[in-house]
Amino acid sequence: MSSSRTAFAAMSVAIFKGFLRDKGAVFFALVFPLMFLVLFGGIFSDQDQSKVELIQVGEVALVDDLPAGADEAFAETFDVTTSDDLAAALEQVRKGDADVAIEQRGDELIAHYTQTEQVKAAITQGTLRAFVDATNVAQLAAQTGEQPPYSFEAVSVEDDSLTAIQLVTPGLLGWAVAMSASFGAAATLQGWRQSKLLRRLQLSPVSTSTLVGARIAVTIAVALIQMAIFLGLGAAAFGLTLTGAWWMAIPTLVVGTLCFMAIGLLAGAIAKTTEGAVNMANFFVLPMAFLSGSFFPLDAAPAWLRALSNVLPLKHLNQGMLDVMVRGEGPSAALLPIVVLAGFAIVVTAVAARLFRWDTA
Amino acid sequence: MSAIQVVDLTKTYGDLRAVDAVSLEVAEGEFVGILGPNGAGKTTLLEMVEGLRKPDGGTATVLGLPVWPRNAELLPRIGVQLQASAFFERLTAREQLHTFAALYAVPSAEADSWLERVGLSDKADTRVEDLSGGQAQRLSIACALVHDPEVVFLDEPTAALDPQARRNLWDLLSGLNHSGRTVVLTTHYMDEAEVLCDRVAIMDAGRILQVDSPAALIRRLDAPARITVAPGAVGLEEARAIAAVDDARESVDGVVLTTRDPAHVVARLAERDQLDGVRVHTGTLEDVFLDLTGREYRA
Repeated sequence: MSSSRTAFAAMSVAIFKGFLRDKGAVFFALVFPLMFLVLFGGIFSDQDQSKVELIQVGEVALVDDLPAGADEAFAETFDVTTSDDLAAALEQVRKGDADVAIEQRGDELIAHYTQTEQVKAAITQGTLRAFVDATNVAQLAAQTGEQPPYSFEAVSVEDDSLTAIQLVTPGLLGWAVAMSASFGAAATLQGWRQSKLLRRLQLSPVSTSTLVGARIAVTIAVALIQMAIFLGLGAAAFGLTLTGAWWMAIPTLVVGTLCFMAIGLLAGAIAKTTEGAVNMANFFVLPMAFLSGSFFPLDAAPAWLRALSNVLPLKHLNQGMLDVMVRGEGPSAALLPIVVLAGFAIVVTAVAARLFRWDTA
Repeated sequence: MSAIQVVDLTKTYGDLRAVDAVSLEVAEGEFVGILGPNGAGKTTLLEMVEGLRKPDGGTATVLGLPVWPRNAELLPRIGVQLQASAFFERLTAREQLHTFAALYAVPSAEADSWLERVGLSDKADTRVEDLSGGQAQRLSIACALVHDPEVVFLDEPTAALDPQARRNLWDLLSGLNHSGRTVVLTTHYMDEAEVLCDRVAIMDAGRILQVDSPAALIRRLDAPARITVAPGAVGLEEARAIAAVDDARESVDGVVLTTRDPAHVVARLAERDQLDGVRVHTGTLEDVFLDLTGREYRA
């Protein structure tokens, strides 16, 4: 093994151990973002659209005799309780404890609802009417032997499994990597300058490229560990499923890591103390996370905000990973984000290098 | 052959001439101290000689090689200790030493022997942040020496240590040049320079005022010795009557006699049994410093 490889390995090990033993760094790189993953992926995903509370009064043949398939759809929309007391059921609807009460008089289905919740009232009416129509059609078809001329089927444009966890994982991973890469670079640059370790290393036979290479190698390794833990936990605990070209997220993440290291170097070059450098990196990254769709999708955001987000590297990292990891797009979908991130990395590194000083004084 | 040759080295910061045309030659195997108050330019001078800073004027060569620009051939032959905190964060003493050893392609097993040599065997698994000031200094010296360099630079190795830790470190430092190694250290402690160094360069306001062995510097000062005896051990008039006594005064300590021939005066006092509580105080480096700079020493 050549001496520069020995030096590279030793420096990488030293930096990696320093990271693992820094409880704060590990917390912000792994534990903190994972808390958000659990929060968004685990808790919020159950709150899709709450079901309509329906009270069935007496015998309702339409509901009881729903054909297979239709009863499943019915159960997905309605939370059914049964009662024999119409007056009590109406009182519950009036108070808002239930959304609708239904009864059957002869062949007529009667729904009692309240106008206070207009959206639910509309859903309830529409859905019940659809069930009545569907039952009518099915019975007519059975009697005449003819099939209705039109049919309807709804198909989601995304993968069937595009649940909350699918949407939040890439964004939160992007934020986690942005934090650890920028904080790590900022703290290392400032800390090593303060302690004169930078100067000390300058007087060892180790070249600057070996020094920088070791720091980059460790940061990329940490980013890949973050990715493995995010995807592993997402898949194991919250049903995350990756789509075809998900492996393209790896080069995207690596280039994104370099980009955020550059931002950390810039913070480290500007700030006067280690704490100041980390705070400044946080000042860059946290607002960027909000504006880049790490915490909530930008689809509903105003147009100017979406335009603004295009100048933020994290947006491109999130977008690229989202496209290939869960939206099922091909490998080429990540190419533009990679190019944009690489461009950011080069420009920010050049600025940081101009501002760099060997000493604090 | 000289290990270090410095000619007219100059560094200015704005209007301040931090190092002003300094020349210095250090022989192989010599232990040289650069002594001066804070702000005298010691560290700037040392950093230029190490090759960390580009001089505005003059040249510095170490082991016959120019130090600027960064010379990869020279670096493995020199060892530097910048300050005690120049460590990789959160590594233990042993890991720290191993990492520095690897930078110089020195095997870890070889590096381990340094833990013992600097007396840190029982602190091998302690993280550097948890070491005391003296222990951290020992470790940083071990890290500077782990590749067995021919020339060693130590920048204020005993700064910020308590007197006991300083004296402990002296034992370690005094043996550094026994194997023919050249050592240059900066300090602002007079006693330290006097004990450790073969030669001392006294520096103030960016200039080296004098360079010589501590004893020669003191001799050249030709300062009178002061002999103190207990109050009332000898009368003032009686004392002044002794040949070679230049002056006699009463002080809180007793009677103080000033003389250039302390041996003669002590002998006279002994004849009369007037040596009660005698102390003889000859010139020190501090006196040399005061004489050279004409002002109080600001440590």
